[in-house]
Amino acid sequence: MADPRLPAAYLMPGTSSFSDFLAAEAPDLLPSRRAVPSGNAGDLAPHGTTIVAATFPGGVVMAGDRRATMGNIIAQRDIQKVFPADEYSVVGIAGAAGLAVEMVRLFQTELEHYEKIEGTTLSMDGKSNRLAALIRANLGLAMQGLSVVPLFAGYDLHADQGRIFSYDVTGGRYEETAFHSVGSGSLFARGSLKKLYRDDLTAEECVTAVIQALYDAADDDSATGGPDLTRRIFPVVHVITADGGHRVTEAEVAEIADRMLAARMQRPDGPAAALI
Amino acid sequence: MSTPFYVSPEQLMKDRADFARKGIARGRSVVAVQYADGILFVSENPSQALHKVSEIYDRIAFAAVGRYNEFENLRIAGVRLADMRGYAYDRRDVTGRGLANAYAQTLGTIFSSGGEKPYEVEIFVAEVGETSADDQLYRLTYDGQVADEHGFAVMGGAAETVATHLKEHYTHDATLETALGVAVAALGHAETGDRVVPVEDLEVAILDRTRTQPRKFVRLRESRLTDILGERGPEQPDAARSDDNVGATPPSAPTTDDPADPTDQVSGGVPPLEHPLTGEPTEHQVPPPTAPPTAPPTAPPIDPPPGPTPEPTDPAQPGEPQPPAPQPPFPDPAAPPAPGTPPADPGDPLP
Repeated sequence: MADPRLPAAYLMPGTSSFSDFLAAEAPDLLPSRRAVPSGNAGDLAPHGTTIVAATFPGGVVMAGDRRATMGNIIAQRDIQKVFPADEYSVVGIAGAAGLAVEMVRLFQTELEHYEKIEGTTLSMDGKSNRLAALIRANLGLAMQGLSVVPLFAGYDLHADQGRIFSYDVTGGRYEETAFHSVGSGSLFARGSLKKLYRDDLTAEECVTAVIQALYDAADDDSATGGPDLTRRIFPVVHVITADGGHRVTEAEVAEIADRMLAARMQRPDGPAAALI
Repeated sequence: MSTPFYVSPEQLMKDRADFARKGIARGRSVVAVQYADGILFVSENPSQALHKVSEIYDRIAFAAVGRYNEFENLRIAGVRLADMRGYAYDRRDVTGRGLANAYAQTLGTIFSSGGEKPYEVEIFVAEVGETSADDQLYRLTYDGQVADEHGFAVMGGAAETVATHLKEHYTHDATLETALGVAVAALGHAETGDRVVPVEDLEVAILDRTRTQPRKFVRLRESRLTDILGERGPEQPDAARSDDNVGATPPSAPTTDDPADPTDQVSGGVPPLEHPLTGEPTEHQVPPPTAPPTAPPTAPPIDPPPGPTPEPTDPAQPGEPQPPAPQPPFPDPAAPPAPGTPPADPGDPLP
């Protein structure tokens, strides 16, 4: 019988999770429910590359380069790979770009949905666990080459500190201390941050450190994009403190990047760390 | 099983409408006012957690009066519908009109389906636009009717009294301070005299188009309200209502017999409105007025009510002064009905 009222699933009390609701009501909208023919689909899709995050006293910074690659081709020069998840957290993605952007949208909706229905925000651990569940649901696609590996960071209002979580393709969730990076250039970025990071950085120094790390990653990894001086394309940087998160403006990032590049004209490998 | 009496469709719908209206009229009012920078919602709600005004989406808010479980259900359905649409299409594609239509269809279907109790709710769906001319404010009633409101709108218990006061004092494109002052004064307005609604009993939220974030919904907390409202004289809390959701509220079913009201389920043995065979309207046998209230020596005093009457013995609110009760206290079902109870429900505003 055609009943014009809202479907029963909408009026059913119970879940506060948008992805659970979607799984019951419109499963075809879930990114993880796509049926892909067997074989490796990884070469079909652009891949996002390096994401870096670091904490500082009073907050956390996340930055991502702007390149997406398809094999040896640069698929996009100005892709955005770091997104605010909600007011106090941010998620950066590496891996199959299309799937990852969709997953970020689902995760953003998931957090907002919970907040509106329950009237309170999820805890930092709750948010990171929900993201783990979304990644876990994607394992089938990941085994066919469409893996998504996010980096999640935010300000924990209960613990009064910035926190960083990394994931593996099976949905494993690992809390990181101080700094972390994911993506193809992550090894170089992490090595760079090891030498640059100190635990008493200010927010602006922390932004400088992650921009340096992305430069080092782009220096040695062909899939990571460095600052594009002719087109004025610079990394996307988000800073989150107890007052909430915001994206550092293009002008501010450009100014820091220009200063860094001026110094690298003198010493191309970046600042030298003390030997002992 | 006995054969049911024939009830005409008009009578059936009227009974259902009366039932829903009575449920809504017992509660408090919610006011929505357009001001220069958006839309303001004000309600008197002693509960800090069980909201009557809530966020649905970026530019859309929801306000309701009536039964909490029913409008909470509708609110969650609205959040799901909006989030689903925003996820499947885009955030800009979620509109207040679409949501109001979905609610109207749902309420209308439930109202006219014979097997279900009609929802005892009224709803505002508001969407703030780029300018005040683009603002939309829909008022939905229990039977699924939609009204497109402009300027201000009131729903709930004392809607007419509050609306009269608002009509006199409302100004177009007012500041938030002015609009809030007018709305709060209207909520405290009654034919018996005005009162100052305590700040801690106010639930206030705005859809603020000047907010830079995409989500325009903001709750105004107590400290902000105190700043905006300023000095207003001594505060007078209102008497408890059935929809307050504070402490152990009595069941919302009417406990006072009203033989003149066909939807009154308490009084037994009420003659049907029409004779089942001839269809002639039957004479209402309104009982003669009872004796003046003189308590028999054996009966416990009426005020404060005895024993398990919930309100005064509520452990969650120690020391709170007993507000003046406009209605007779709910009698202990085990005790004989207190003499002096008026035959008609004084809280029933229907003619």
